[in-house]
Amino acid sequence: MTLISSVLGTIGAAVLGALAAVGRVVIFALNTVSHLLRPPFYWREFLAALVQIGWLSLPVVGLTALFTGGALALQIYAGGSRFNAEAVVPSIVAIGMVRELGPVLGGLMVAARVASSIAAEIGTMKVTEQIDALVTLSTDPIKYLTLPRVLAATVSVPLLVAVGDAIGIMGGYMVGTTRLGFNPAVYLQNTADFLETWDVVSGMIKGAAFGFIVALMGCYHGMQSGRGAQGVGAATKSAVVAASVLILAANYLLTEVFFAA
Amino acid sequence: MITLNALEKSFGQNHVLRGVTLQVPKGSSMVIIGGSGTGKSVLLKCILGLVTPDRGTITVAGQDILHAKGPKARSAFLDRFGMLFQGGALFDSLPVWHNVAFRLLRGAQAMPAQKARALAVEKLRRVGLGPDVADRFPAELSGGMQKRVGLARAIATDPEIIFFDEPTAGLDPIMSGVINSLIREIVVEMGATAMTITHDMTSVRAIADDVAMLHDGTIKWCGPVAQIDHSGDAYLDQFIHGRATGPIAAIR
Repeated sequence: MTLISSVLGTIGAAVLGALAAVGRVVIFALNTVSHLLRPPFYWREFLAALVQIGWLSLPVVGLTALFTGGALALQIYAGGSRFNAEAVVPSIVAIGMVRELGPVLGGLMVAARVASSIAAEIGTMKVTEQIDALVTLSTDPIKYLTLPRVLAATVSVPLLVAVGDAIGIMGGYMVGTTRLGFNPAVYLQNTADFLETWDVVSGMIKGAAFGFIVALMGCYHGMQSGRGAQGVGAATKSAVVAASVLILAANYLLTEVFFAA
Repeated sequence: MITLNALEKSFGQNHVLRGVTLQVPKGSSMVIIGGSGTGKSVLLKCILGLVTPDRGTITVAGQDILHAKGPKARSAFLDRFGMLFQGGALFDSLPVWHNVAFRLLRGAQAMPAQKARALAVEKLRRVGLGPDVADRFPAELSGGMQKRVGLARAIATDPEIIFFDEPTAGLDPIMSGVINSLIREIVVEMGATAMTITHDMTSVRAIADDVAMLHDGTIKWCGPVAQIDHSGDAYLDQFIHGRATGPIAAIR
């Protein structure tokens, strides 16, 4: 009986701890979003975050998309050839990149690059009392640090996804035309024929959700950082892990909403 | 005047403040001394609203600050304060002049950047730094220069009340002397109310009008700085003479 209550107690405590953590994140998110409606808005910090999160993530997202598009073309060709369906390569590469791989891999790469950097920066600011200094200078840290980053990520990641989609399709096109013997004009025609506007828009909506998640997790874990180098390191790790898992979970939910029959 | 009445704060089972009662008269310089971990920083953070006390009251010029509602009231309250943090707490991503002028560039009375920069350069000059420092970043400065920039930021808006958290921590004796002199000069010149926390007795003698000793979560002794050598208080005597034996248990 004692063992059973001990096990149940441990499970209960873990569930309560998890629910409390979810509650804290939700309150943090609502607090962040509520600042959109309350001036002032820090344009300088927003534009700096746009450059950091959007523009400077372009190389990593672009290279990821390029190689993924190429590998996808090879895989679909190899799989398709088992039932004489090699011709589907252009359309499946395009749909696969735009609906799934572009947003998910782009989101994960941004999570690795941006969530870690935001968490480390804000965590360091916390342990060196810079966050306290902001408060004493009559500046709300959520308004000054979190909102510009979350907004910049929500705006810029969909654009990164769109550019990544195009580069990924180009990667498939390069492999298809140089290695798999596709006619360039036919490859492009097939891509254009089978791709619908909603495919692209749904991927960009996913990108916006993933951008929001990435920046929110970076800021939240940075603000929750413990003391010292170990605290900042733990916050950085938690931010990347939480952002990555939430991206994959959100991707499933959004795919259910957008494409379930 | 800053008045603390029966202030209590615990972190879990750690009872840091156990009923602190203290008055800091307007225009005076109060230095709070005490060993590491006795709650000196927590006390300052309670006054600034960075930490919420469990019990007790804090009034500044008769105004109950723990019940000030709304961001505007809070901002108006904080506008009266300047704070020099122990490590400087300068914003790494901003140049020195922007750090100093941070508050001048924000809020209802925000001024144009050029005017704020000129004022920041003037405040830097007041703390002994040349205009060439203005465009550098905090990471390019020595510890002593960072402290001076922190001091310039604390006085940028000519606040009524200035807090100094371990102003000489990590500095060599000469630089400590420079910072102590600057603090004393500036506080007298501005007529500000100052609260300093330190365990550097040289700072205490240079900066203080009055001294309060915090130990075991309460104020053990409070009085004019001239009386600290003849207080007759065993705790204060042990602390100011740095004795290992006495009523304050030293953990070895």
